[in-house]
Amino acid sequence: MSVLVNKNSKIIVQGFTGSEGTFHAEQMIEYGTNVVGGVTPGKGGQKHLDKPVFNTVSEAVEKTDADTSIIFVPPAFAADAIMEAADAGIKVIITITEGIPVKDMITASNYIKDRDCRLIGPNCPGVITPGEAKVGIMPGFVFKKGTVGIVSKSGTLTYEAADQVVKQGLGITTAIGIGGDPIIGTTTKEALEMLINDSESEAVVMIGEIGGQLEIDAANWYKNSGIKKPVIGFIAGETAPAGRTMGHAGAIVGGSDDTAQAKKKVMRKCGIHVVDSPAEIGKKVKEVLG
Amino acid sequence: MNLHEYQGKEILNSFGVEIQRGIVATTPKEAVEAAKKLTEQTGTGWHVIKAQVHAGGRGKGGGVKLAKNLQEVEDIAGKIIGMDLVTPQTSAEGKRVHQVLVAEDVYYPGDNEPEEYYMSVLLNRSTGRNMIMYSTEGGMDIETVAEETPHLIFTEEIDPAVGLLGFQARRVAFNLGLSGKAFKEMTKFVTALYKAYNESDSSLFEINPVLKTSDDRIIAVDAKVSIDDNALFRHKDYEEMRDKREENPVEVEAKEKGLNYVDLDGNVGCMVNGAGLAMATMDLIKQAGGEPANFLDVGGTADAERVEAAFKLILKDPSVKAILINIFGGIVRCDRVAQGVIDAYKNMGTIHVPIIVRLQGTNADIAKKLIDDSGLDVQSAIEFQEAADKVKEVLS
Repeated sequence: MSVLVNKNSKIIVQGFTGSEGTFHAEQMIEYGTNVVGGVTPGKGGQKHLDKPVFNTVSEAVEKTDADTSIIFVPPAFAADAIMEAADAGIKVIITITEGIPVKDMITASNYIKDRDCRLIGPNCPGVITPGEAKVGIMPGFVFKKGTVGIVSKSGTLTYEAADQVVKQGLGITTAIGIGGDPIIGTTTKEALEMLINDSESEAVVMIGEIGGQLEIDAANWYKNSGIKKPVIGFIAGETAPAGRTMGHAGAIVGGSDDTAQAKKKVMRKCGIHVVDSPAEIGKKVKEVLG
Repeated sequence: MNLHEYQGKEILNSFGVEIQRGIVATTPKEAVEAAKKLTEQTGTGWHVIKAQVHAGGRGKGGGVKLAKNLQEVEDIAGKIIGMDLVTPQTSAEGKRVHQVLVAEDVYYPGDNEPEEYYMSVLLNRSTGRNMIMYSTEGGMDIETVAEETPHLIFTEEIDPAVGLLGFQARRVAFNLGLSGKAFKEMTKFVTALYKAYNESDSSLFEINPVLKTSDDRIIAVDAKVSIDDNALFRHKDYEEMRDKREENPVEVEAKEKGLNYVDLDGNVGCMVNGAGLAMATMDLIKQAGGEPANFLDVGGTADAERVEAAFKLILKDPSVKAILINIFGGIVRCDRVAQGVIDAYKNMGTIHVPIIVRLQGTNADIAKKLIDDSGLDVQSAIEFQEAADKVKEVLS
């Protein structure tokens, strides 16, 4: 098993013909991902990368049976693209776009909350189930198939963690990049829960950063669930000053409870194997799995 | 993007929020003219001279003073303009004051005692909705209130589908213990304040204090306003309010070059692709015995031009004793990045601090060979720990 995306996922690309969309769709197809088409308003009826282009998501769903979408639409229009996908019945909406106004995301997350769909991101690297589907912008070759799930707010730090896990002779079930914005569709806790419930995942790596309460919520959920499947954690930003945004819009220390130190303390109390050094994530996974 | 008090008040007022009125001045003479004009417009006798810098706690540092006549206006403005104002929120060197707001006196005597409240509008990250946070304890540091008397802080969360509702605005006024005219004024104030927050695409409003005057008007005496940077494309007029003098010049320059840079106090510069990995690299520097001199995300394209720009930024800081470049090559190939580093290094002549380059991911081996064969004084590493060890070595 895996979570969110697999070889049966039928994927469309929103913002298909733009430069980002084109580049990454090409890489996804090359990886073997089942991309069934794309959407660019006004370019419907054309072919792009040998796949059909549609004017609307609903038309794409009707013609291709797509159930998953990846969004590369520019920030000013991205929230609208998310809502369009939800309205069309897309089940998994993965939003790569960085820089969406918070106001737009408040509207979008409110719009989709009662619809049968799951939003991943925005401002995330996407989701990969190695050997089956890469629905994102990550370098596919880093992720070898295996038994460790990954949930992370960051892009390159996810690749780093996956690389370390693979170099220990292990592999990845599914890696979920949840994104670094203040409002995201899937929380650390929700992603962790999915991976914990995945029978193939024997351990989960949870990577967070300063700002917000997501890692603390996830840690508390883990503790209260009583589940014994091991979780290995790291929080980036121990050296970040308070009140400054560190690249990701959501990575900002607001008080004493969203620092890296505070989060790690709670995670340890909840039974998570926390590493202080980002260079020791892979080693710790190996040690815990024995 | 943070704004000055006077700019924030301008935005508030444009949406119908009652404010303490004022005029900006950049010299003592202008301040006197502003005071005269303000007296004509508002009838105020006394004036409050307020330093305009991006930092809270201005009063504590001597940046807010009452002037009882025009001579005092001139004297106080003369003292405040040009001073390096130190507040609990600035560095020890303080912030240079370039302008003051000459404001009307709103604490005039009357039928009732003036009262101060606290009010802010911000995103509740755990629910993904905006909320109004308010308290009877105005004029104080809200963190202190939260710690000592948390039961005096109230919140009102806004349903994005319908916006702030009438009963919510009334609840705010009731919870603040208001009645009669002040009650009505407060519901109007809250309603206009939320409208201003929402329509201006702000990420934070903090009005401390909100004042009930002796004649029961409700006005914003101070305004801390931050606009969502990602929404500035919709608000060109606000974008023009950006005061670059308030920002770190190196960070302004970085921004212009498309680099995400935060200046820090340490001795090891770093250059990384991706925000999460950049923070992790800073942490690793600390664990290796150094202190990060900066946060720097070079983004997805680390070509010679960008690497050179990044080098130049980092080297502006004389306390930098070493530079660690940490790139995880995914879509970006490491050999390209390595070539970028080599070219940038050659373009700049000699760099006088040791450089450690850690390239991992696509073509990492080729990249390491490129660096090792370049003849430059650059050490290469592939593993994260290896890079940390080299930093330690260089620093000792």
